[in-house]
Amino acid sequence: MYTFSSKLKTLSFILMAVGILGIGYGFLTAPKDIQDVEKLLAAESHGGHGEAKHEGTTSAESSHEVAVGRGEASEDKKMVESTAVVSPIVDSTKVDTAKVIEETQVESVVKKEGHEVSEETEHKEHLNHVLHQLQNKPWSALYVACIFFMLVSLGVLVFYAIQQVAQAGWSPVLFRVMQGITAYLPVGSLIFFVILILCGLHLNHIFIWLDPEVVANDKLIANKSSYLNFPFWIVRAAIFLTGWSLYQYFSRKNCLAQDEANDDLNYKKNFKLSAMFLVFFIVSESIMSWDWIMSIDPHWFSTLFGWYVFSSFFVSAITTIALVTLYLKSRGFLEYVNTSHIHDLAKFMFGFSVFWTYLWFSQYMLIWYANIPEEVTYFITRIELYNLPFFGAVVMNFLFPLLILINTDFKRITWVLVMAGVVILAGHYIDFFNMIMPGTVGDRWFIGISEIASVLFFLGLFIYVVFTALTKSPLLAKRNPFIEESKHFHY
Amino acid sequence: MSNKVIYAIYNDDDILMDAVKKTRAAHHHIEEVFTPFPVHGLDKAMGIAPTRLAICAFLYGCVGLAVATAMMNYIMIQDWPQDIGGKPSFSYIENMPAFVPIMFELTVFFAAHLMVITFYMRSKLWPFKDAENPDVRTTDDHFLMEVAVNDNEEELISFFQSTGAVEVKVIDKH
Repeated sequence: MYTFSSKLKTLSFILMAVGILGIGYGFLTAPKDIQDVEKLLAAESHGGHGEAKHEGTTSAESSHEVAVGRGEASEDKKMVESTAVVSPIVDSTKVDTAKVIEETQVESVVKKEGHEVSEETEHKEHLNHVLHQLQNKPWSALYVACIFFMLVSLGVLVFYAIQQVAQAGWSPVLFRVMQGITAYLPVGSLIFFVILILCGLHLNHIFIWLDPEVVANDKLIANKSSYLNFPFWIVRAAIFLTGWSLYQYFSRKNCLAQDEANDDLNYKKNFKLSAMFLVFFIVSESIMSWDWIMSIDPHWFSTLFGWYVFSSFFVSAITTIALVTLYLKSRGFLEYVNTSHIHDLAKFMFGFSVFWTYLWFSQYMLIWYANIPEEVTYFITRIELYNLPFFGAVVMNFLFPLLILINTDFKRITWVLVMAGVVILAGHYIDFFNMIMPGTVGDRWFIGISEIASVLFFLGLFIYVVFTALTKSPLLAKRNPFIEESKHFHY
Repeated sequence: MSNKVIYAIYNDDDILMDAVKKTRAAHHHIEEVFTPFPVHGLDKAMGIAPTRLAICAFLYGCVGLAVATAMMNYIMIQDWPQDIGGKPSFSYIENMPAFVPIMFELTVFFAAHLMVITFYMRSKLWPFKDAENPDVRTTDDHFLMEVAVNDNEEELISFFQSTGAVEVKVIDKH
């Protein structure tokens, strides 16, 4: 039996406390109204920065000159001319390349239709836009950290189900570790669901399609409203989160019952349950990625997005298993786990890091290559406003693990794995940051107190829930048909 | 001077493994072991140094990446930077996504093929090579251990008979 070390428990409480304070600070310092934003922008413009930004939105020509790279200049000019007739929405995204945030698009559309907009109302619209972004910032920080930790524990659950169905001979000694990590899923789901409901109550502007005013003025979103409407969306979320948590609950229950049984009935039950879960998962995961991440940019769509999101949290999940296993092993709680088990986990970390890169690049390159305006704005926003996080994520999630984990000997060395694991987890947090932030806060992003505090809070909660769950059952499954093989696994 | 070797022949890989361990413990130098299929752990039991083929492959992959990059940079960017469908050919990095598939494939191509060729060269394999098979049965169902003899012929024969060999032969090698 594992005993929760008091030091780790204290650490988790400290993380949660610091996190809550930081999150609260983030919400308290967010601007309340337009006056606050005006003051803020005035303070910024002393540095000459805010003024330039403002100039960029008011004058389409100047922003066009600055923002568009020399290679795309001629093409984009054509685009501005031709699409102005066809679709004002697409047009506006091209004109304001410096600010291709969804809300700007909507506002620019309104601007276009009015044609004669006074300097004053335009200024007001700009202030309102910045206000929404700044108010979104603490919410988005919370949202990114919440969905990241929840999906990590979901990824562990999927890995666990795959191991069951594949009848893997190496992993049964790690099943209890995985069950411990997935114990976070119901807790994380609950918090996440509450945040989704708060979004639906219009406490923030993370999902702009939840704002009826935006939908009324935006034909593209209005056309999607049979799918993107609050009741349907929240019911889908409830079904997915419940479905995953139910599998988590029953699979653990059957596994514990198998310990005490005289036959393999519970094992077989778990086998079937896992197979059904995997089918349910792959459908729900795809829809989940549209609902919770892609719909933040409701004008944009990508077909392999579901897989891309999956690969991101799946590799983080395997890394988490490896880190928790290494921790428990170093404390002497996992008698039968040897370097071969660790080596296998490290191979999965390596392989799925490359898989993530493959999907990242496939999505990026297809859109970059064809350069269709309605799709490419997604990446233009990210490259122009999020340059370092966008490409930094590739370095952290691909180059670093590729060069470190390619070596067989390194895959067995604890400190190398911990270092690689921490970089991979941080890299995938940034990956989720890149997916969500540009659509909610745009160029107002910063990894500051709100963001770090949110991560610390959920990290603390994660540690607390996971290690509490680990104390609830023995760390070695007793009567699993593959447990003997797993104990003697040697690579 | 004659060059005598002992051929100890076994018909089970478990017995072979035990024999190899005993021979090593008795400090007889194993020249070679012939088996019909890979015997897991035999290289470790014989004390053979680990292969460095993977390191070669990594380096060859780096060469392939360099070749792909240099080639496309010269052709597409330096030599004749045409505007092809609006792709930016002002610098390599600007047009890089389009080059990645080729960079990837050439990396794999170089790593795989040069590693295979290295393997053939290091293990001296080529199409018209004469087979170096001491006993035809070793390709089917027998295992053979070859140990050099230095004036201790009688001792060696009895040693190998005690290790469970089905046959022990002394051969004059030229």
